[in-house]
Amino acid sequence: MEYTIFIILLPLFMFLFLGLAGNKMKPVSAGILGTASLATSALLSYSTAWQYFTTPRIEGVFPAVTPINIEWLRFTEHLHIDLGILLDPISVMMLVVITTVSLMVHIYSFGYMHGEKGFQRYYAFLSLFTFSMLGLVVATNIFQMYIFWELVGVSSYLLIGFYYTKPAAIAASKKAFIVTRFADLGFLIGILVLSFYSKTFNFEALCSGDLPTLSAAAGQTFMGCSVLAWGLGLCFVGGAGKSAMFPLHIWLPDAMEGPTPVSALIHAATMVVAGVYLVARMFPLYIDYAPNVLVWIGYIGAFTSLYAAIVACVQTDIKRVLAFSTISQIGFMFVGLGVSGMGGHHGLGYMAAMFHLFTHAMFKALLFLGAGAIIHAVHSNEMKDMGQLRRQLPITHITFLIACLAISGIPPFSGFFSKDEILAAAFQFSPVMGWFMSFVAALTAFYMFRLYYNIFWGKASKHEHTPHEAPASMTTPLIILAAITCVAGFIPFGEFVSSNGQPYIIHIDSTVAITSVVIALISISIATIFYRKTSVIPERLARTFHGLYTAASHRFYIDEVYLFITKNIIFKHISAPIAWFDRHIIDGAMNLLATGTQKTAYAIRGFQSGQIQQYAWVFLVGTLLIISLLLFI
Amino acid sequence: MDYSMFLNIKEELMLISLIVILLLYDLIAGEKGRKYFGLTACILLGIHTIANLFPGEPVEAFGGMYQYTPMMTIVKSILNIGTLLIFMQANTWLNREDTKFKQGEYYVLTLSTLLGMYFMISAGHFLMFLIGLETASIPMAALVAFDKYKHNSAEAGAKYILSAVFSSGLLLYGLSLIYGTVGTLYFNDIPAGIDGNPLQILAFVFFFAGMGFKISLVPFHLWTADTYQGAPTNVTSYLSVVSKGSAVFVLMIILMKVFGNIMAQWQAILYGVVIVTITIANLFALRQQNLKRFLAYSSISQAGYIMLGVIGGSTLGMTSLVYYVLVYMVANLAAFGVISIIRQRSGKIDMNDYNGLYKTNPKLSIVMTLALFSLAGIPPFAGFFSKFFIFAAAFQAGFHLLVFIALINTIISLYYYLLVVKAMFINENDAPIATIHSDNYTKLSLVLCTAGIVVLGILSIVYDKISLFSYGI
Repeated sequence: MEYTIFIILLPLFMFLFLGLAGNKMKPVSAGILGTASLATSALLSYSTAWQYFTTPRIEGVFPAVTPINIEWLRFTEHLHIDLGILLDPISVMMLVVITTVSLMVHIYSFGYMHGEKGFQRYYAFLSLFTFSMLGLVVATNIFQMYIFWELVGVSSYLLIGFYYTKPAAIAASKKAFIVTRFADLGFLIGILVLSFYSKTFNFEALCSGDLPTLSAAAGQTFMGCSVLAWGLGLCFVGGAGKSAMFPLHIWLPDAMEGPTPVSALIHAATMVVAGVYLVARMFPLYIDYAPNVLVWIGYIGAFTSLYAAIVACVQTDIKRVLAFSTISQIGFMFVGLGVSGMGGHHGLGYMAAMFHLFTHAMFKALLFLGAGAIIHAVHSNEMKDMGQLRRQLPITHITFLIACLAISGIPPFSGFFSKDEILAAAFQFSPVMGWFMSFVAALTAFYMFRLYYNIFWGKASKHEHTPHEAPASMTTPLIILAAITCVAGFIPFGEFVSSNGQPYIIHIDSTVAITSVVIALISISIATIFYRKTSVIPERLARTFHGLYTAASHRFYIDEVYLFITKNIIFKHISAPIAWFDRHIIDGAMNLLATGTQKTAYAIRGFQSGQIQQYAWVFLVGTLLIISLLLFI
Repeated sequence: MDYSMFLNIKEELMLISLIVILLLYDLIAGEKGRKYFGLTACILLGIHTIANLFPGEPVEAFGGMYQYTPMMTIVKSILNIGTLLIFMQANTWLNREDTKFKQGEYYVLTLSTLLGMYFMISAGHFLMFLIGLETASIPMAALVAFDKYKHNSAEAGAKYILSAVFSSGLLLYGLSLIYGTVGTLYFNDIPAGIDGNPLQILAFVFFFAGMGFKISLVPFHLWTADTYQGAPTNVTSYLSVVSKGSAVFVLMIILMKVFGNIMAQWQAILYGVVIVTITIANLFALRQQNLKRFLAYSSISQAGYIMLGVIGGSTLGMTSLVYYVLVYMVANLAAFGVISIIRQRSGKIDMNDYNGLYKTNPKLSIVMTLALFSLAGIPPFAGFFSKFFIFAAAFQAGFHLLVFIALINTIISLYYYLLVVKAMFINENDAPIATIHSDNYTKLSLVLCTAGIVVLGILSIVYDKISLFSYGI
């Protein structure tokens, strides 16, 4: 399956080509080229997936394949950085998800970005991002993953800040970059700790379970925790940054300043699940050497999902609602991983998390693209500028409704199946966790339908010109994604992806399923009462719980806390004295050195007179000087 | 006599036949044929380069006079590529009215010096080494004085030949002393007789001074600035890259092979010479206005850095030395290529003339900037990696203080390299150099050099390949 390399290289070439030559061609041809190359990548991914999952299992497991592996940089005898491609069930699944969503976004952007300045640049950046993300998921070793991890960071920075004349977009891109970069520091240290003890970067070696260096290191502790737990925990910090886990989530809502298709690609389907993917990739390590860390990951995921769900209930910008809902859903995935064990029924959580990653990518991309179509129609992100749009935007309306039902967990849409498995795994872990996550699921259904009714029902607002349905280039991806959302739940996902690779038959736990559906239906009904027609209840509630309401709409002041810490503590009390020291002591010394150097340079210029006799003289004296120094000292 | 041993010197034979072909071509081709002289020379040298790209097995020929190791193929290939790039850049200059009719001489002379370097590199006997050295030096003087009607060029040629003769005299004196004390001039036999007595030390320092002249180490460097400035730019780049590159490699081989017994002594010499070379060259470079002179001092200081690879006397040092030469070559040739084309088209060579160059010649400015960044050792360009490896080699050999001093000097060098960048990008100029359209040869060579600057560091395979062959040195 050597051809998988082209899946990754095509977007890279396209980025280089469009980046270098894009401005010389017509915007349309740049778009068509980018889309065509990505379509090829997508087809190759499907073919890879087909080929991979149709090869017979060995001992019940789909074997991991490494079609290409090049040693890139050798540090020591054991430690070397490779660049290669690792195909195993989750990486193949990710290839399919990324190329599919990216292809939809490419097509959709045709309509959405039509006539924008820098259309070619936009497609070049999309290709770069897709390349980085694909390279990340097929990484054979943790360092390759880190390289592409950073590339993902850079390309998302470029895409969020695409409207670089808008101050808010610049601020948002900077924020996203700095916050995730800060978290990546944890990842890097984690990599160093892990590789220091394990003497390898390679995923397969790390996860094989019988690496002697690892078992030797398992006994060593640092500050009361095993060193491997430290390493793995720090890796998760990096993952938490990219996946926007509390308290590193602050960049994601602001990142909505980027073009909406970009939000669909980056902040729904691909980049934000990188952290989930990282933990899943090293899952055997977590199970064997740091089960406590894994449980904590689950707790963090649970808390984040509740926090984000509450905030999502009071946001008025539709993209921000979706942003917080993304954070919340990724929390679900981390809960799935956190509560999971290894193998068979214990490994349910792992399978469920991956399944949810897959279905969520589709329906969340659909939601974002739908939101894009709505914004395209009314030229605003605010709910108050919408309402009664269901007749003007029929296709968007239906597809959006399907996605809302899916995310709320209503059968037979895909979200029901995956979320239900996560809930079942959570109940299996502990009833408290199960009920907690069920409550979050209820909130999910509520805020999603609040969003839905506010856009498509409620009170109509005035528009300068009547909103109209988006062009076909935008509605086609919506329809395709909606179709996937309708059927994806019936994929026997456990057959392909499970914690230990053995096929796992998904069976719906009827108690959990009925409970969750009933809860979702109740939430939807409440939302219907509140928001379908103009109602006074929401306002009254907001007044009654005034404190909570304001706090939630200010996202519980987490951003303010960050600002306080950086501005008032770090800048004022740590950076300022350092800056003074730098300016006066260090610079002073440097200036002295520099003037000294300059003066010497002028003082010795007589040395070079232009007289050849003198040159010969210096030559000879120098030689004799060296000889006498050698002989007499 | 076993004539099959001529096969062992096939690389040299090919170059000789190349020279003969070009000589005949020059004779036969008239006005018309000369138009294609540059193209022919480039193609032939290109073929020669590709044909000799792959290392063979270690062999000897002529009773040990000639010795070959795979590493030499790598070095010769680097020199070939360097010469090829220089040929490309020579085209504009050679097609000028006053040089057009004698361009054949240029190619033949240059290739003759290259032949000399080949023999110098593969020598297994001091006599062979000396013949190679002289074959490389004497035509070089003719090349330096190629624009002989120009005062500068003639003066530079005179200075070069006088200095060369002087240093050769010293070197020969050193060799005769070695013969006197050891009784042989074969590289393989000399080490047994080297015990470090004063006469041998004297001989060694004379030899070292002779090589120091070629590499332009302080205090044997004084000719460099004048010659570099006066010589045609193209020849200057040849001097600074190919000539120097071959000499450092030979110096390292001879130091390790022949003078391995007095390693402590030559390490002590190098220690001092590296420090003064880097520091003094940097101090002089700080205040140069003429860019050719500026690059002359820069190349002296770079020679000092290269010596850091020699001083450890390890295989790591050899690998990093060859890699450094390669990286230094592409960067320096890029810089010289830009200077050369600007000089040809506008006649300007001073740093002040470069003010605001970016506005009118953005591509040339960017190439120049990348070249200077690489020379200064800024990541991720190749120069960073080559500096890194050469520092690592010296550090591993225990020369910690030396590496530290060299590091401080890189900061100084960064300052003067950035002066040029600042001139091009930041300084205002009412009348910057007009937009220049370079010929295709120059364009191609600049593209290749730029690719080298960007790619050589990132592609670890280059370094690995060199490292693979530095086992036997």
